[in-house]
Amino acid sequence: MTAHRGARPLAFGLALATLVAAFVGLEVWRDRVYGEPAPGDSVLYVRSGEALRRMSLSFSPLLADVYWVRAVQYYGGTRLSTSSTRRYDLLYPLLDITTSLDPRFNIAYRFGSIFLGEDYPGGAGRPDLAVALLEKGFRANPTRWQYLQDIGFVYYWWVGDYRQAAEWFKKAGDVPGAPWWLRSMAAVTLTQGGDRRSSRVLWQSLRDSADNTWVRNNASLRLSQLDALDAIDQLTAIGAEFRARAGRHPASWGDLVRARMLRAVPLDPTGVAYVLNPVTGAVTVGADSQLNPLPVGSQADRPAR
Amino acid sequence: MVLGAIALNVFRESVRDRVFYNLLLFGVLLVGASVLVGQMTAGQDVKIIKDLGLAATSLFGLFIAVFVGIGLVWKEVERRSVYSLIAKPVRRPELVLGKYLGLAFTLLVNVSVMAVVLYLLLGYMQWASPENLRAAWEAPATDPALLKALLLIYVQLLLVTAIALFFSTFSSPMLSAALTFGFYVIGHFNADLEHFDAVVTSTPIVWLLRALYYLLPNLAPFDITAKVVHGQAVTPGYLLMTIGYAVVYIAFLLAAGSYIFARRDLK
Repeated sequence: MTAHRGARPLAFGLALATLVAAFVGLEVWRDRVYGEPAPGDSVLYVRSGEALRRMSLSFSPLLADVYWVRAVQYYGGTRLSTSSTRRYDLLYPLLDITTSLDPRFNIAYRFGSIFLGEDYPGGAGRPDLAVALLEKGFRANPTRWQYLQDIGFVYYWWVGDYRQAAEWFKKAGDVPGAPWWLRSMAAVTLTQGGDRRSSRVLWQSLRDSADNTWVRNNASLRLSQLDALDAIDQLTAIGAEFRARAGRHPASWGDLVRARMLRAVPLDPTGVAYVLNPVTGAVTVGADSQLNPLPVGSQADRPAR
Repeated sequence: MVLGAIALNVFRESVRDRVFYNLLLFGVLLVGASVLVGQMTAGQDVKIIKDLGLAATSLFGLFIAVFVGIGLVWKEVERRSVYSLIAKPVRRPELVLGKYLGLAFTLLVNVSVMAVVLYLLLGYMQWASPENLRAAWEAPATDPALLKALLLIYVQLLLVTAIALFFSTFSSPMLSAALTFGFYVIGHFNADLEHFDAVVTSTPIVWLLRALYYLLPNLAPFDITAKVVHGQAVTPGYLLMTIGYAVVYIAFLLAAGSYIFARRDLK
């Protein structure tokens, strides 16, 4: 009798385990035969942040976190996507909802504007939306001069409109509690436009005043890009000198090393070798460098005067 | 003495009903989330753990307040154990008040344990985070101001419990639950009632809505999570006024519930 009672739970457990193994096995088999179901496209069922804020009752900060995670995942997923038709259509709505649910969500404004402003395909290539997001942030947090400074950077770096950039730096400097150097930054921007030296000063000031590691890292990345642009200018000049001597472009960095014009293969600030085009002599950063894409064609491409 | 005995009995019953199993879920949720969010949130893990911890404390507490609260009186009537109680020298208002205090104590234990778990986790995150990351936080991970948010969450739960208990003195559990959740939702929307004059032209309706604004429980002021998480100041005066409002409202609900229950025909 005792053995019988002991055996029943064991048999029952075995039966349950068999059933679990059966449904997992069937799923694996089905996926092998018909393929795994593709994850659905990102969809925003509710686009009104205000409506969501009301529906969330007292849980709007938590819902804002959920939308922030979605925005980060969406941006990262799209950026890493290999599709040639990748788009960032939902990025602004996701950030808009996040900041409507939690109007004090500092990083959502500051990093969101970086996601939006950066040139396509690295970002959405929508500096207008980056400015809209930061303006919204300043309306909700009128003491946050950093948002106005960031707007200045969007105009400076991504739009190349130095007059607007200087105006926004000045507005940031007018906010009570803002640092004094914002006014001099405005003056520098207005007088020196967008040469690389003034770009460096601006990014250094942003890096040193950043209230967030990600913003600071982004400023450091921009500074590294400026360093890389300086190095590319030097390497291009060395390549031109080689051509003048040898009558051809260097076929590789080895040519320049053997000619004692370089000590070794040149590396960018992230440790990846620069790429030399043997046909045109053009130098750029490697495809796997974190500095890609360089802000080619923008104001930062101009060497310092 | 009588109140204490009834309250203790409610607490014991909560323990027997495994109400505190939610604490295990809370702990797993927080620890699991803390492992996951660090990978996905661009350095916002401390903010998210605070938001999640406070929201979970509020939500789990809400379910306990409603689903235990609606059964407090109804169960006694349904099981007919109320006859043996009122045969003793226990007045019906004492029964209502004792039941309320018992659930209030259950919620206090629940919220306190959740607060300790939340602080332990945040303390670990503070310890494990490098100095430069900590400098970027709007408020320290183990910010004592979180206690203000937890206090108002607890007081809000006391108010919701009083609403649930009030309805349970005269209606069925299903109806009580529906009404309590309804009041909870309205309580977070009722600031709109005061500003209806912007969309309604009829003066009597505007006055009626304004009266409803003042009469219905206003729960929105109890929600200071966003302020606290972002390191914004919450003054002691604000806390006192909000707690005072809750105390008076709870007193009204318990008095009304006791009155109704005292006149209820239990045959």
